[in-house]
Amino acid sequence: MQQALQHLVNGTILGGTYALLGIGLTLIFGVMRVVNFTHGELYAFGAYMAYGLVALLRLDFYLSLLLATLLGTALGAAIELLLLRPLRRADIDSVMLAMIGAALVLQNANMWAWGGVAKLVPSPFAGTPLVFGPVSVMPLRLFVLGISCALLVGFWLLLERTRAGIAMRATFQDAETASLMGVRVGWVSTATFAIGSGLAAAAGALLGPVFMVSPTMGDLVGLKAFAIVILGGLGNLPGAVIGGFALGYVEEFGGGFLSTEYRDAFGFLLIILVLAVRPQGLVALKERVG
Amino acid sequence: MNPPLLAVEHVMIRIGGLVAVSDLSFMVERGQVVSLIGPNGAGKTTAFNAITGYLRPRQGSIHFEGQEITGLTPERIAALGLVRSFQRTSIFGSSTVFDNALMALHLRGRAGLLAAFLPFSTQQEEERLREEAMTMLGFVGLLGRAGARADSLAYGEQRRLGIALAAAATPRLLLLDEPAAGLNPSETAECMALIRQLRDRGTTILLVEHDMAMVMRISDRIVVLNQGRIIADGPPEAIRRDPEVIRAYLGSAPQGGAHAAA
Amino acid sequence: MSALLGWGFVAAMAALPLVMPDPYLLAVLTSAGIFIIGAISLNLLLGYTGQLSLGHAAFFGLGAYASALTSLGFDIGIGFGHRLRLEPQPVAVGFLAAILVSGCFGWLLGRLAFRIRGAYFVIITICFAQVLRMVALNWVELTQGPMALVGIPPFALWLPGRGVVELYAKNQTYWLVLGVAVLAFLVVRQIVHSRIGRALVALRENETLARSVGIRVTHYLVIATVVSAAIAGAAGSLFAHYVRIVDPDVFLFIYTVTMVIMVITGGKGTLWGPVVGGLIFGPLPDMLRGSAPPEAQWIAYGLAMILLVMFLPRGIVPAVAGWLPARRAAAPLPAPAPSPVQGGAG
Repeated sequence: MQQALQHLVNGTILGGTYALLGIGLTLIFGVMRVVNFTHGELYAFGAYMAYGLVALLRLDFYLSLLLATLLGTALGAAIELLLLRPLRRADIDSVMLAMIGAALVLQNANMWAWGGVAKLVPSPFAGTPLVFGPVSVMPLRLFVLGISCALLVGFWLLLERTRAGIAMRATFQDAETASLMGVRVGWVSTATFAIGSGLAAAAGALLGPVFMVSPTMGDLVGLKAFAIVILGGLGNLPGAVIGGFALGYVEEFGGGFLSTEYRDAFGFLLIILVLAVRPQGLVALKERVG
Repeated sequence: MNPPLLAVEHVMIRIGGLVAVSDLSFMVERGQVVSLIGPNGAGKTTAFNAITGYLRPRQGSIHFEGQEITGLTPERIAALGLVRSFQRTSIFGSSTVFDNALMALHLRGRAGLLAAFLPFSTQQEEERLREEAMTMLGFVGLLGRAGARADSLAYGEQRRLGIALAAAATPRLLLLDEPAAGLNPSETAECMALIRQLRDRGTTILLVEHDMAMVMRISDRIVVLNQGRIIADGPPEAIRRDPEVIRAYLGSAPQGGAHAAA
Repeated sequence: MSALLGWGFVAAMAALPLVMPDPYLLAVLTSAGIFIIGAISLNLLLGYTGQLSLGHAAFFGLGAYASALTSLGFDIGIGFGHRLRLEPQPVAVGFLAAILVSGCFGWLLGRLAFRIRGAYFVIITICFAQVLRMVALNWVELTQGPMALVGIPPFALWLPGRGVVELYAKNQTYWLVLGVAVLAFLVVRQIVHSRIGRALVALRENETLARSVGIRVTHYLVIATVVSAAIAGAAGSLFAHYVRIVDPDVFLFIYTVTMVIMVITGGKGTLWGPVVGGLIFGPLPDMLRGSAPPEAQWIAYGLAMILLVMFLPRGIVPAVAGWLPARRAAAPLPAPAPSPVQGGAG
């Protein structure tokens, strides 16, 4: 029981960052119909930027996280403008292939720039856990959870309360109609991709001090992001948050009670199971026949 | 007594929470040309989609030659001898016209995976299929374009190819969804001749069509659908005089009675 | 490409070790050849069914492990105190086991995955390869995990008059790979030109229409996946007995990407596409090895992929085929969109 509580807390903390990852990916798919294979690489990029700013340039920790997020946002905007915009009329497979190419470039650029040795982002938090009854938590992880939740709420406010958010939601529902209504779909796409990428970079910068930063981590994280999004339904925003926490718990409990080695495999098995058993429940888009 | 070729009984279909067809019942007898007409949004294409397995009705049953086909997949229904054409032009665009015909003759062949590696075993079948493909293209007047890419055909030719694809495997019941849509008068006349030839060949035809002149001239029976239910069912002369049909058409679509006399 | 030209190409490739017995060249071409076989198999899925399978390395890796384990033998616990033992088998048995195991997994994935399409299919295939990689990493008793399976025997062939010969020599392995590649090519060609191939193309071009003329979607897509997986398994087996060491990295995404690049460079949905693409990208890693770090190679691959999608989306073979026949009229343009006709009912 005690152990279960601890797993619950760990799963929640992990789930918060997973939700950040998932929401960016699902937003990009919903608005742009792009399966974003660079998502995991933007996570890695955020983590490396945090490392570079904190460990090498010796900037303030909190400022570094903010800058890493902004750099990720800028990189996302650049990818959209240079790559996705010219391919706007291409079919979904071509776009997927181009995105895989971009992911390959980003990942190996990370490898080239930072070397293969894993890095840890230094953080100002104490290394001794806080103990709440049966549960103990590292202060850094609490900080991560807090920021993740703040970003999720901020993102929700952005969508609900701002003009840009309304334009995004309109495009999400029906790009054609939105453009007829005067929404500039091109810029909405750029903003969407930039924000989604920024959230991924933020997740990377937040987890950089918790886990090690390595150049190939984007692969695994990217796939996990897909797992999250599929659990919640591709293009479903609340679903991505639920999926993020679900994956966090599955990994934490699966790793804790079943097998540590296969911890990372649980997510993928979950995707395969979900898709195999209830694909109809997940496919949100219907096609007209005739 | 044989069962009717197609029997649709109390079919109800919902699409996205809306009732598209509320209570549809009608029959198609062998050897007839039956038209399903009605104003826009009456549920004609929805009915087609349900009969051919692209939509699953919420209630009711559909029997083909006495066998229940409700809920079967489109490919199973096609294999039973019930094939449809599509309202929007539907062809295999980047293949040649001839290959289009060969693909549509799928059900007329039997070769499986093993046969692919024993070319001699399938030679006869392949030759027969090629002949049938040529015959079919000749039938719709596209023999001269056999080598052209299907999406390079003119619009009217693409429509004819679409009908040819549906009719290729000689189904016993052919559902045509607005075959004359967008055609000029002479093309429409050709299309009508084609439908008559298909019927004379022994294919029963269920037609959805907006061109009332064509419907009145070609149909043996007409079923009128309005707002998801049937309001009239009978031979063309009776339909033309039916007050409820006239009201439904004058109330909404412009194509109705005005052309009916033609 | 005409059949004559094709056989001429095969003859030239077969004669190469006699004309240029350079072991380095042969080694490069042998490993390229193994990946070309993989690309040929991927093309059946990617090119002819239009399903973007990004887990193809899974079948390749399964074949490699199946073949290696069959020829090395194993002895593992399967729970409840029982053990499963296999004495080392001849390499040829391993080769067949690779085809069988990969084919079976192809069937499984096909049944599971073809109920869904598009992005979902892509993701499920990637996950499939990832799960296998984790199993290979962690089922140490069977796979040795990250320590890799080592000491895998080389290929052995029964040659007339010489009995069973182990193929250590570069040129012998080269010919074996060439032979399997030709076989794989012919298998795919026969399928593509058969009734099955027409059904696959029909499904790719217009699934709704294909179903309406009675083409069973799942049936044909599963057939294509099984054949594709089996051929990829054969390539994996060749890889295992050629490199003679297999580790969980055979399941890496990067191997799938290599095959995908070969297929799209050459031209997906054309028989010669994967061969042409493979001859370009297959030898590239070896050639770059001395002059640039591996990261540079992958960056080059990534950029190549982007540029191809942007500027040569259909690949080299269709592009060349489009230039060559000057006597034929210019490539037919798609018909102008028909004017919108009266609104649809229902």
